[in-house]
Amino acid sequence: MTAATPTAHSTAAPDRQGTLQVALQSRAFRKILILAVAAAVLVPLAHAKWSSGTWPSELTVDLNGPLGRTSDWIIDNRDSHPLFVYFLGHLSNAVVISVRAVYQFLLLLGWTGVTAGVTLVAWRVAGVRIAATALISFAVSGVLDMWLPTMQTLALMIVAVLASVVVGALLGLAGGLSERLFKILRPVLDTMQVLPAFAYLLPVVLVFGIGVPAALLATVVYAAPPMARLTALGLRGADPGVLEAVTSLGATGRQRLLTARLPLARKELLLGLNQTIMMALSMAVIASMIGAAGLGDRVYQALASVDVGAALAAAVPIVLLAIVMDRTTAAAGERMGADAATRGPKLLRGWYAWAGVAVLTVLATVAGRLAGSTIWPAGWTVAIARPVNDFKEWMVDHLYSGVPVVGGTADWAAHFTSWVLDPLRDGLTALPWWGALLIVAALAWLIGTWRTALTATLALAAIGVLGVWKPSMNTLSQVLAALAVTLVLGFGVGILAAGSKRLEAILRPVLDVMQTMPQFVYLIPVVALFAVGRAPAAAAAVVYALPAVIRITTQGLRQVDPGAMESARSLGATRWQTLRQVQLPLARPALLLAVNQGVVLVLAVVIIGGLVGGGALGYDVVTGLAKGDLALGLVAGVAIVCLGLMLDRVTQPTQRRTTGKGA
Amino acid sequence: MTRTRIRVMGAAALAGATLLGLSGCGKADMTKQGSPFQAAGGQRSVTLSVQTWVGAQANVAVAKYLLEHELKYHVDTVQVDEIPAWDALSQGRVDAILEDWGHPEQEQRYVKDKKTITAGGGNGVTGHIGWWVPKYWADKHPEVTDWKNLNKYADQLRTSESGSKGQLMDGSPSYVTNDKALVKNLKLDYEVVFAGSEAAQITQIQQFAKQKKPFLTYWYEPQWLFNQVPMVEVKLPEYTDACAEKGAKDPESIDCAYPTTPLQKFFNTEFAKGGSDAAAFLKNFHWTKENQNEVSELIASKGMSADEAGKAWVEKHPDVWKKWLPKK
Repeated sequence: MTAATPTAHSTAAPDRQGTLQVALQSRAFRKILILAVAAAVLVPLAHAKWSSGTWPSELTVDLNGPLGRTSDWIIDNRDSHPLFVYFLGHLSNAVVISVRAVYQFLLLLGWTGVTAGVTLVAWRVAGVRIAATALISFAVSGVLDMWLPTMQTLALMIVAVLASVVVGALLGLAGGLSERLFKILRPVLDTMQVLPAFAYLLPVVLVFGIGVPAALLATVVYAAPPMARLTALGLRGADPGVLEAVTSLGATGRQRLLTARLPLARKELLLGLNQTIMMALSMAVIASMIGAAGLGDRVYQALASVDVGAALAAAVPIVLLAIVMDRTTAAAGERMGADAATRGPKLLRGWYAWAGVAVLTVLATVAGRLAGSTIWPAGWTVAIARPVNDFKEWMVDHLYSGVPVVGGTADWAAHFTSWVLDPLRDGLTALPWWGALLIVAALAWLIGTWRTALTATLALAAIGVLGVWKPSMNTLSQVLAALAVTLVLGFGVGILAAGSKRLEAILRPVLDVMQTMPQFVYLIPVVALFAVGRAPAAAAAVVYALPAVIRITTQGLRQVDPGAMESARSLGATRWQTLRQVQLPLARPALLLAVNQGVVLVLAVVIIGGLVGGGALGYDVVTGLAKGDLALGLVAGVAIVCLGLMLDRVTQPTQRRTTGKGA
Repeated sequence: MTRTRIRVMGAAALAGATLLGLSGCGKADMTKQGSPFQAAGGQRSVTLSVQTWVGAQANVAVAKYLLEHELKYHVDTVQVDEIPAWDALSQGRVDAILEDWGHPEQEQRYVKDKKTITAGGGNGVTGHIGWWVPKYWADKHPEVTDWKNLNKYADQLRTSESGSKGQLMDGSPSYVTNDKALVKNLKLDYEVVFAGSEAAQITQIQQFAKQKKPFLTYWYEPQWLFNQVPMVEVKLPEYTDACAEKGAKDPESIDCAYPTTPLQKFFNTEFAKGGSDAAAFLKNFHWTKENQNEVSELIASKGMSADEAGKAWVEKHPDVWKKWLPKK
């Protein structure tokens, strides 16, 4: 925020704004000039050697053969090769044993024990309100007849989160202590965070086959990076003065780490835990495609029979679990920060309280056992599937087509496809390949450094080399169209919410639920409303990405220096003028961040849209999984990774840029 | 700083040693590891594969109900796509597939070469894949049911996804299909549009039917949707052995209809040879298209859960399933 302050003054004083713009333009102009010169030299060469149009086939590598052979080799040697029986087999066995142990333990506690235990822990860690939420959440999953799947997901989650935290913390520790490792790890971790979950499924399936081990490992790979990243950042961010003091007291390296650096990084560690839990939960649902069982599997099965109601019944416990875990860890982080100084005597009281929690849980378990019900009583359930489906039918009947004046949703979808998606796709496909590379390079360089530009360009080139240029351009067109809609809606709602406290208060729980809802659940109602094709995929992506964009926009606008706005108002600016000339320019970093987040989220769902006719790369991944055609799926998966990387770099303003802007 | 580096390296060495130690303790064949969730109560248990289409769910619903209530088994079901299901079956993560539509490549690999899967005979239902149009449309234009006339109607079947051509709707990518080759080789003015999943395809068909719009779709029987949306099959060039052979060599060259497939059961070899009641019961499992459709419809259009539908059918047809129970 400090970086934005100089801009505030320059906006308020028009004469300085002029010079600023000139300076900006000249830097941008220099970059463009260099690119133009490079293009002028290289393009004719490229054009003469290969032709323009789509990516030249001479420059592609066909991986079907080698990948197909690898997959065959794995299937043939899985039960005999030492790598599998002595290493991967043990890994998979360890996963099965630990998940099984946790699951048995949860079943042993019974519904009374689990509910009491979680509620009490939430109360201890986070307070009465969150404890009440936890109590209600578990009751709801019981009432929806989802107790067993919830326990399965919980067991999987507990093991996955523990593993992710251990792996993440170790990596983070290494990165936090060693400069060299940090330099290597950081870009890798940053990148892993922007990749769609779908891209992680195939490699683990290739090695472990369908089942819980594969699902769990995919989850760990997906969920560990935030922990590692934040641990490393936390350790590195420790106040040098404190460290200096500790060292001068003669502490050894280990003492310094345990008594100073780790406690100082506590907030980051808890934030990392929080993010890891959220990512693990979202992955647990997607991993149902590779045999994760539990709630995700119920969602997936229900979708196979177009049963939105049943899918919702399984999705509600997921959302509730997510909310409870999110709030509990977030509250734990805040509390730790608050009373860190006076922690000494409280620790003792804390131990008593924890013992109390354990005793009460055991009591609840015994009570449940004595009453003879370990799983949720069968009579206490409510079937919501039917009414939900009736409601969906009604909605579809009345909105689908032929609504007077505005037209039905299917008509909108058709128009969106033929007026927006088709021209965009055809345009991108018709773009000469070197042209696409140049545009990407220019965009990434204008907003970032030559490094990000190079990464973005190479990522796009890799897509070409893999021979999936056309489907990737198709996916890209869907991403861009959905992103445009998301940004228009998101900025609009965000601006309104920033202006009204009441609207923000109403929006908050809605956004919370939307952000934790598994992406799968969005798919079927959008098919019902928008027919099969690319339009429903785009619609689902918009719905999924909106909350983040709205939230970042609102926060960004709220954080604008009130002084700047006050002075604008005192100069007689109307509300609209203040918004346009002061608030929005000052919130620019936040808005750019919103674009970046929006792109990443939209891509993730557009890919899953392969399940509802989105086609292109998402469809290839689905086909690869469904047909065991790993060559097809892996190539598409890598292309998605490259696309994600490219989109992220093109929209990611770097640190240098944000700080350099005001100067 | 050097001290911390030593520590980091020490930690790495420790981790490596743990792994080595782990691998030292013997073999762990991951093809023999079951699901952590199966048989939680220590009961006898069976794991069945459920495919995404409702017919397969009907098989499993009835088998599951009978195994649980007549033979006192604990039954786990796993939803997997067709080809990964073969893989899971060979590894013993699944004990049985009750309905397979023909996968010669996998049969060769797992049944003939590796012998980890055993063929379990037919389940009594005959499957057929083809192209279908809605009855309300075919009644108005009877000639549309022959592929030779399809091009005349292409403009009626245009959608925003198919562009200037007619739309031929396909479903899940995992289903057996030659449609792209067929459209090309029969010189049809159509574009194959994949719905991406059967769920999406069914939703779309129901939507078209509600508005009485024409459509052309890849579909198969037995399928419960026919009871809701009556459809007429489009005649494709006749299926012959010569054409099938040509297609086996080069899938791009197929130019005839799909074969009629007696649907097959497959078991994990160890499960089949184990001599359990469940194996004997599943081997005997054999019913008809009408039986299966009855259950499918209960599930898919009456909104019953699979368990309820299985129960309803079992109560109504003891004459059919009594024969499946293993003789004591």
